Amino acid sequence: MEILVVGLSHKTAPIELRERLNVPESELSKPLELMGEVPELVERMLLSTCNRVEVYAVAEGEVEKAAEAIADCLAAYRNVERAAFADRLYTFVAAEAVRHIFRVASSLDSMVVGEPQILGQVKAAYAVAQAREATGIILNNLLEQAFHVAKRVRSETGIAASAVSVSSAAVELARKIFGDLTGRSVLILGAGEMAELALRHLVEDGVRSVLVANRSYDRAVTLARQFCGRAVTYEAFRQEMVGADIVISATSAPHVILKKEDMQAIIQQRRHRPIFLIDIADPRDIDPACNEVDNVYLYNIDDLQSVVEANLKERKREAERAEAIIEREVGVYMNWLRSLDVVPTIVSLRRRVEQIRDAELTKALGRMGDLTPEQRAAITAMSHAMVNKILHQPMTELKRRAAHQDGHVYTSVLRRLFGLEDKGP
Amino acid sequence: MDTDYILFYLALLGYLLGTLHYLLYIASQRPSLGRVATYTTLAGFAAHSLSLAFRVYTLGRPPLGSLYESFSVLAWAIVLIYLVTEFRYGNRVIGAFVLPLVLLAGSVAAALPRRLAELGPHLQGVGLWVHVALAILGNAAFALTFCAGLMYILQERQLKSRHPGRMHFRLPSLELLDDVSVKSLLFGFPLLTLALITGSIWAGHARGSFLPLYGRETWSILSWLIYGGLLYARLSAGWRGRKAAILAIIGFCLVLFTLIGVSLLRTGRVL
Repeated sequence: MEILVVGLSHKTAPIELRERLNVPESELSKPLELMGEVPELVERMLLSTCNRVEVYAVAEGEVEKAAEAIADCLAAYRNVERAAFADRLYTFVAAEAVRHIFRVASSLDSMVVGEPQILGQVKAAYAVAQAREATGIILNNLLEQAFHVAKRVRSETGIAASAVSVSSAAVELARKIFGDLTGRSVLILGAGEMAELALRHLVEDGVRSVLVANRSYDRAVTLARQFCGRAVTYEAFRQEMVGADIVISATSAPHVILKKEDMQAIIQQRRHRPIFLIDIADPRDIDPACNEVDNVYLYNIDDLQSVVEANLKERKREAERAEAIIEREVGVYMNWLRSLDVVPTIVSLRRRVEQIRDAELTKALGRMGDLTPEQRAAITAMSHAMVNKILHQPMTELKRRAAHQDGHVYTSVLRRLFGLEDKGP
Repeated sequence: MDTDYILFYLALLGYLLGTLHYLLYIASQRPSLGRVATYTTLAGFAAHSLSLAFRVYTLGRPPLGSLYESFSVLAWAIVLIYLVTEFRYGNRVIGAFVLPLVLLAGSVAAALPRRLAELGPHLQGVGLWVHVALAILGNAAFALTFCAGLMYILQERQLKSRHPGRMHFRLPSLELLDDVSVKSLLFGFPLLTLALITGSIWAGHARGSFLPLYGRETWSILSWLIYGGLLYARLSAGWRGRKAAILAIIGFCLVLFTLIGVSLLRTGRVL
């Protein structure tokens, strides 16, 4: 039984491929069911964000076979050729898998290290898998532990400080275009979590005028109210771009909503005042060709990575501290996992000893003739007490040893000494 | 060696140290290096001002009578305008671009012959001094426009590339650079215009012709047209950013060509 991670992320695959394999949150249960048919995958969950598509699983039997099955399911579900992403996939097993999951939840593996969205995304993906009963004791424990680690990393290191995130990277760029952001105006397209976060940063930096355009006007009004902004109708967003300095686009539109021609017309009307477009939507909202228009600066979520890399260097020390925390937590978790191996040993040992006790007690009581119920009870109690006292020391020691690297030596010796070989679960 | 030359070389030393420290500052981002850069440049500027004052005192005329003097005053004027800009915007990065130019102008001055030729009567008179002074100050302002334009293009390319590198973090914002660019242009253009007017008036008096349409004057008028066009496009058509920066760079190249190229060919003439 092994913990297994199979997937691809921004580190291995381009956004186009990630888009093709991406599974929306509402559809997560379908591929989970698909994987449920694979006997090797005892437990499983699917995490799909715009930066990664990953399956966390507990595999029985051959790990390679399980990993293959996961890749097949991903390919089959989105109708993508296996060959299209085979060399983009990574597979982590055991401690490496645990480390990966901890790093993902702690946002250390994120495109923008420290960005806070990923934890929520992992939680949501876990909730879906749990609701479908696709997870069991191991994944449940692993994910709970991952959330705990993420919280620790956030509170004990500076990597989650707002300076290293998609939104703060965008703010930094905005400052290089506009200088002081005080009094600048921002237009938000879409009212999602990412948009809200970016907006929060900009407002903290002095942006005063906030406009929100969303397909659902009510949500636009709600978000606008939070920032003392103004909701505008979605249809009017191109007109509103004439007055805005920064545009954050995060709609869930399936196609491009702003073309180069639109942008050229808008920049004419703006009298060539610079405009900063931030496209954090997946799939993209803004035609990449818009960047070719003079005084237009377009960044999509991939572009922001390069900006952030510089920030990452500044934050490297903090990240290293976070990695150290994760390393310790991986150790703690692997210990717990190893102690699991001990449990079946203890169970079969107790069963074996109970069998002996039961047989000997029956024999002894048969030879003793007539006894009062009190006497029989006293003898039975004595046999229980003896068994418990004899087993207490070896069991305690076994549990303690299990936490160490050589735990499996003790379990295997014990199994041999008591002839428990064939009775494991 | 006269006092004014010693002071001039001290000024050059100050500018050299200033240049080095501005460059070190932009490379390391250490504020202490930036302060040293400003102080050494200020010290150089003080020595330079004294040197010019001494020259005025000993010669009894403005230090605008030879190519050496003209380049020296040009360097001095660029530093003056730059220092005002630095204090106004609180940004030292521009210095890393301006100070090398100052050093260049100063070095050209140092390399030129310092002979104190008796100026002929046709090269004297308040009209000519005013013309030359205005032209030098105007060109000094354009030197700043040029540097701001150059920096704008660098920063713009960084931002457009979507993979901004180290330079991106060191350069000021586009907004600031555009602002420096337009303000120095607004300062320099009226000076250049007045220089052309006073120049043609002086030429009319000295040579009997108000139309100085030959040789160097043609180039001066061409750069005036470029800067005028740039200013017009900026103010009326909302031109800004990259195109404006490119035009400012072309304009200054023309100024440099006029200053160095034509002047050196006709060393009898000053600015």
